Amino acid sequence: MLAVQVKPEEEVVPLISSKKLFVFECLGCREVHYPVEEAAQFLGNLKEEVTGRATLDYLCNREFARAYIDEYADEIEEAQAVLVFSCGVGAQVISSLLEDKLVYTGCDTLYLHGFQGLTAKEFDCDQCGECYLNYTGGICPVALCSKHILNGPCGGSQDGKCEVDPDMTCAWQDIIDRLARRGQLHLLERLGAPKNWSVEPAS
Amino acid sequence: MKTRSNLERVLEARHFAVTGELGPPPSADPEVIGSKAKFLKGNVDAFNVTDGQTAVVRMASWAAALLGKEEGLEPIVQMTCRDRNRIALQMDVLGIAALGINNMLCLTGDHQKFGNHPTAKGVYDVDSIQLVKMVRDMRDEKKFQSGDDMSVEPCLFIGAAANPFADPFEFRVTRLAKKVAAGADFIQTQIIYNVDKFAEWMKDVREKGLHEKVKILAGVAPIKSMGAARYMKTRVPGMDVPDSVLERLQGVPKEQVSREGIKLCVDIIEQVRQIEGVAGIHLMAIEWEEVVPEIIAAAGLLPRPGVSA
Repeated sequence: MLAVQVKPEEEVVPLISSKKLFVFECLGCREVHYPVEEAAQFLGNLKEEVTGRATLDYLCNREFARAYIDEYADEIEEAQAVLVFSCGVGAQVISSLLEDKLVYTGCDTLYLHGFQGLTAKEFDCDQCGECYLNYTGGICPVALCSKHILNGPCGGSQDGKCEVDPDMTCAWQDIIDRLARRGQLHLLERLGAPKNWSVEPAS
Repeated sequence: MKTRSNLERVLEARHFAVTGELGPPPSADPEVIGSKAKFLKGNVDAFNVTDGQTAVVRMASWAAALLGKEEGLEPIVQMTCRDRNRIALQMDVLGIAALGINNMLCLTGDHQKFGNHPTAKGVYDVDSIQLVKMVRDMRDEKKFQSGDDMSVEPCLFIGAAANPFADPFEFRVTRLAKKVAAGADFIQTQIIYNVDKFAEWMKDVREKGLHEKVKILAGVAPIKSMGAARYMKTRVPGMDVPDSVLERLQGVPKEQVSREGIKLCVDIIEQVRQIEGVAGIHLMAIEWEEVVPEIIAAAGLLPRPGVSA
């Protein structure tokens, strides 16, 4: 199971600043660890206009998430960006369902021992504690790239496939396609710094 | 001059540079290095020593480089992120600089799945671009990746690779720009058989002005047999071997294919040399080092300027 931690405001606010926002908040893992108060505080400090807010359980369930997106279609349409408070799986589900929308995550996901196997398996989150989805169109290179590279794609990307396994999609090709749809190709010029692999869940 | 590198000196003097390649043996035999080095000596400005290429265990790159250096050649130590974390990488950077080696090529590395130990754990703590920046910060800022200071910095001429033929094509120049921004001094490209596509890539490179910020060496390699040509066309990821190349080799009797492969290599050298912004070639005569003198001579690239004796 996962533990979720709210990202520092200084990391997220520059990305969403002066954009109208729609907010998703997933409480599905609250029993284990969801930082209810920290998320409320983060949202309370936001100066951006919020067009709507959906609070739900198990955002990682695609059909469930899709139903909420339909229900809040107008508010989401009105928003310029969607901000997701959930684990990395939930953020990837929303990003994949709203491919043409700017989708950002407000959380880092950390590993917590035990309780494995309860979440949906469609997307992978390595629970690395340093969520990178805001720069990669909501597609995770840490979990999905064979070499986990943060400055991809490497020279082994051919016809959208990874050289390591012809049945495997090149995550960085998907990232580029998604960023192109969202007019965010400039993010590819950003130099991804060496990752902190040592992150442990907050106690 | 940032370093004491002969390669840097040749490039800064705007000579058309030539680098070669030497694959260390899958054994502890030092004689192999000496016998391969003799074909490179006097014909190249520096030679790459591969680092467990195709993820097969071979003699350590720095050790084979030192043996080659003792033969009077200038090594470029290839360093991959596959087998080392940032601690080991920085230790090796200090070590090769202390041994008097002046050049390093930063690579992510071929995935372990392709080699002879496919069940090994890949490291990939950092990627090639992060490695370039790490070495640049060590050299120019005298800082480790942690931010700690060091007393004597490693004066290395920093290289990186570029593959103009991988996908997505439009992004390849963006990635090159990132390597330049991270601190690459020179670039060696994937082997070129599709000269038109390479020329198109170079056009993008020039439009971004990158050829003025980094020295680009065009990768070339002679083809030894039809089997090798087909293998590269169909089995090697990120390689682009056009049908015209296969047709040219098929057009000669079987015993002349390797001669034709050498001629083709010389032709490609002459073609890439005409492209604005190409600062030299990187000749990869893998396990066929004996043809290097002939190719370099036929391409009119001898004598090499200021090659250390």
